[in-house]
Amino acid sequence: MITEFTPYAGLLGGALIGVSAVLLMAGAGRIAGCSGIFRNLLTLKFDGDFIWRALFVVGLVAGTAVTRPFAANATMIALPTLSIAIIGGLLVGFGTALGHGYTSGHGICGISRFSLRSTVATLTFMVAAIITVFITHHVLGG
Amino acid sequence: MLMQRLTALISGLVFGAGLTISGMVNPAKVINFLDFAGKFDGTLLLVFVAGVAVTMVGYYFTFQRAAPFFGERFYLPTIFAVDRRLLIGASVFGIGWGLSGFCPGPAMASLAYLQPISLVFLVAMAMGALAAKLVPEE
Repeated sequence: MITEFTPYAGLLGGALIGVSAVLLMAGAGRIAGCSGIFRNLLTLKFDGDFIWRALFVVGLVAGTAVTRPFAANATMIALPTLSIAIIGGLLVGFGTALGHGYTSGHGICGISRFSLRSTVATLTFMVAAIITVFITHHVLGG
Repeated sequence: MLMQRLTALISGLVFGAGLTISGMVNPAKVINFLDFAGKFDGTLLLVFVAGVAVTMVGYYFTFQRAAPFFGERFYLPTIFAVDRRLLIGASVFGIGWGLSGFCPGPAMASLAYLQPISLVFLVAMAMGALAAKLVPEE
């Protein structure tokens, strides 16, 4: 699927993600890391922390549902095929658990705190992902 | 407690809106960013730059306070090591992200599109996270 370069929508969306991360830290003292929130929900410990995490995810899905009609790039999305969803999901789940998050936790929140660990993590996963796409799309011709 | 939960709900709403407006909930847009040799779409870089810029400034003012507005303390990561676990995790995550175009946030947000494949991805992601528990701590 070809997608159009959308700089203004990108900047606006990115700024909103930043606002969300600041809100969660300033209000509740928490890092807006999606994989960590997901993993903690998996433990099914129904304490007070379960509720705020569940509400974050409810908000995440509702925020997407509400803005979808106005999102030029995401009115429809190109979902992975079944086999890619299974393999990709396993790898993403395994990797994020091993390194405690990546895109939002390290990439946005970690780099914003000038964390060396998060900066190294972000560079590493970017390189791995770029090599993966090169192999699947150009070497294997996907 | 109530205000903390309300904060989490609003933060989630704004995060979801950000992922959707920027197009990052769309795996094709992510994969095209990673595809320098093909249908390159640089949007993700701007999302990242804007996200980090806002967070950096916001965090700066937030951390002038001793505690969050509605909580007892800031819960900040206590691991600082750049170790094998981090690098292997980042590489494995990067491969999965490059294959599928999904990371955890967009994968959860994509439930809004009511497609079963989102659920398949999330179940696989849960299995992967559980499998990581079998890896011994260093």
